[in-house]
Amino acid sequence: MTTLLWLQASGCGGCTMSLLCAESPGVIEMLEDAGIRLLWHPALSLETGAEARAILDDLAEGRTVLDILCVEGAIARGPLGTGRFQMLSGTGQSLMHWVQRLAPKARHVVAVGTCAAFGGVTAAGGNPTDAVGLQYDGAHAGGLFTPAWRSGSGAAVINVAGCPTHPGWVTETLMMLAAGETIAVDGYARPRFYADHLVHHGCPKNEFYEYKASARELSEQGCMMENLGCIGTQAVGDCNIRPWNGEGSCTRGGYPCVNCTAPQFEDPSHAFVDTPKITGIPVGLPTDMPKAWFMALASLSKAATPHRIGTNARSDRVVVPPTLRKPR
Amino acid sequence: MTQARLVVGPFNRVEGDLEVTLDVADGHVARAQVNAPLYRGFERMLEGRDPRDALVITPRICGICSISQSAAAARALGAAMGLTPTPQGAIATALIHAAENVADHLTHFHLFFMPDFARPDYSGRPWHLRAVERFTAMEGSAQRSAVQARAELLHVMGLMAGKWPHTLAIQPGGVTRAPGPREKARLGATLRAFRRYLETVLFGGRLEDFCALPDAAALLRWSGGDVALFLEIADDLGLHSLGRGAGRFLSFGAYPTHEGPCFAAGSLMQGQPGTVRPADIREDLSHAWMTGTAAHPLDGMTIPDEAMGDPGYSWCKAPRLAGLPMEVGALARQVVDGHPLALSLAVEGGVLARVGARLLELARTQILMERWVADLVPGESFMVQGSLPRDGIGEGLVEAARGALGHWIRIRNGRIATYQIIAPTTWNFSPRDAQGVAGPLEAALEGTPVEGPVPLAVQHVVRSFDPCMVCTVH
Repeated sequence: MTTLLWLQASGCGGCTMSLLCAESPGVIEMLEDAGIRLLWHPALSLETGAEARAILDDLAEGRTVLDILCVEGAIARGPLGTGRFQMLSGTGQSLMHWVQRLAPKARHVVAVGTCAAFGGVTAAGGNPTDAVGLQYDGAHAGGLFTPAWRSGSGAAVINVAGCPTHPGWVTETLMMLAAGETIAVDGYARPRFYADHLVHHGCPKNEFYEYKASARELSEQGCMMENLGCIGTQAVGDCNIRPWNGEGSCTRGGYPCVNCTAPQFEDPSHAFVDTPKITGIPVGLPTDMPKAWFMALASLSKAATPHRIGTNARSDRVVVPPTLRKPR
Repeated sequence: MTQARLVVGPFNRVEGDLEVTLDVADGHVARAQVNAPLYRGFERMLEGRDPRDALVITPRICGICSISQSAAAARALGAAMGLTPTPQGAIATALIHAAENVADHLTHFHLFFMPDFARPDYSGRPWHLRAVERFTAMEGSAQRSAVQARAELLHVMGLMAGKWPHTLAIQPGGVTRAPGPREKARLGATLRAFRRYLETVLFGGRLEDFCALPDAAALLRWSGGDVALFLEIADDLGLHSLGRGAGRFLSFGAYPTHEGPCFAAGSLMQGQPGTVRPADIREDLSHAWMTGTAAHPLDGMTIPDEAMGDPGYSWCKAPRLAGLPMEVGALARQVVDGHPLALSLAVEGGVLARVGARLLELARTQILMERWVADLVPGESFMVQGSLPRDGIGEGLVEAARGALGHWIRIRNGRIATYQIIAPTTWNFSPRDAQGVAGPLEAALEGTPVEGPVPLAVQHVVRSFDPCMVCTVH
């Protein structure tokens, strides 16, 4: 049996809400089937007040073995390093203090969501509460814990980043940990099983992208990279390979990818739905694409845009269907 | 007379962080103080940004009311732009918003509220074994089927809003994705499946029959599904008279379409209906860890008192309408809309009324969602474009699952100058104001019996409000 404690630090609770959208099986059955016993979760467990405090004390004192600690939300260090912008109610101690106490007891520590991983939206706009991630402060290694910090298993904090996280990213991480498997991570400690993909992969707007047939306003079907701030060609995530909530994703919903799996996505130097440009050329290039080739291919493909694709790109639905071909 | 002070926390199975301090005299709550112990500072994060960024940032205030925050931000921006959604865009927005609110009501009933009745403290009650089987936390059979039904209902989001939570699909002029005929068919299938779940499992009867219940007495005779189990428990434990409110209700009106809101806007004070003048709203800071003076949200600021000094005891401000605390939520919405069952429940206005009104609204909203899907016209315009003014103000008032939600934006030189938010639980769980008047939960807790270190009656009252603490302070 693998024990799991889930704490909600300074965040919105949306990663838990997303986790409850897990299907086939649902999250409760998934935990059960993987042999994971949920010791306490602030939204799901029975125990409240003194009962919950007893569970936390037993873990902190080592009377209960803690295999996995999941932290959702950033760590608020303010004001003045006290952590008092988030007190764990009923305990007289900050949440920061509790994470510092509990994380060293855990075999594995999982930062669930971009806030817990890097600070995320909680650290946006001047970071009013001096919030950081567990082991990162934005893109810089070292958050609440130093870069050299390791959990009981000898591993660094696993950053299941996303705003929110896809339920599959969390459930698969937990299942792999419970099975004793090692989780390969990328340069920001995100599991490679989803971070080796780009949001661009499987995006239904790919044909528009091929010709740089661009939407100019939200609700138009065209590619949103050129004008509407979409950075799906740079953002990691398998969002368009495995769908969200049945068959969705941000780009399927008709709005740009804002790179929510990345550190510091919360403070782009421009409006989220604008693409920054220099002399009309988008500043951000698709990942691993040489600039000169991108420029050459983009201008060529744009010039070659078929009527169907150019027209549909500026429409909110398909107005020109594909030309029918008769079999020879 | 015996007196003691009891601090209940961490107070779980509410969304976010909550601490309740009780002064207990002779086994009953003499005085309650509600503390929202998490401050993040969203209003400050927004200052200086492009106004459109509010559509990305404010949903992330809350993972359970994310769409409500989207809708309020879109309406505030729309007000500043002089833009309203197209008729079809309004219907699509209502559908997305209602799916979240219905999912939240379902989550509250099964995951947050009912598990307390499976506690061993109630063993021996005639209903206890059934409560254990259906509602034990993480194990109950009703919990599991509700989580599955909720996940499948939220396929509405995958089709219409990309994902949930945290979508950018809701815009001032409508929605970013225009549904076609096959989306319409699929939405219909998703809603029919959800109705089947509601009618066979939760309600154990036709939703239309539940919506036609005329009063509280008729409600208590409802005999189907887990609703009947709740009613049996409520009757046995006297939940009708537990945690009674002050009888002052506020609703901004839910699901605006071109025929007006589907649940009416207004207030109800001691049975007297009234219209709401948002200009009469003030946020009092006297008992919040905030500096500044009471102000209307368009003039308000959020400057935390980092010393957390007395007499402050919460990060939550105290909103007042014409000087009075107001209760918001499903009960408020349904009484303001004039539904006879809700009006009957509101006479006592306790735990049974709040939970019963939420069930009523769940049934009524399912019927509304079905109507909106039928009214979708593929091929019509779902979004109109507009442009933001360089300087302007905007007010966005919506109804979240938990009640009245308002956003107020002031735009200067094309950037956000100030952005203020009053969330439902800011109303319900407000601290005292300068006159020493307690917030709605604080008042409702007075007189509640206290037994043991984690008093169950107190938990029933607190959870009956379905608080969302992450929204409260934001």
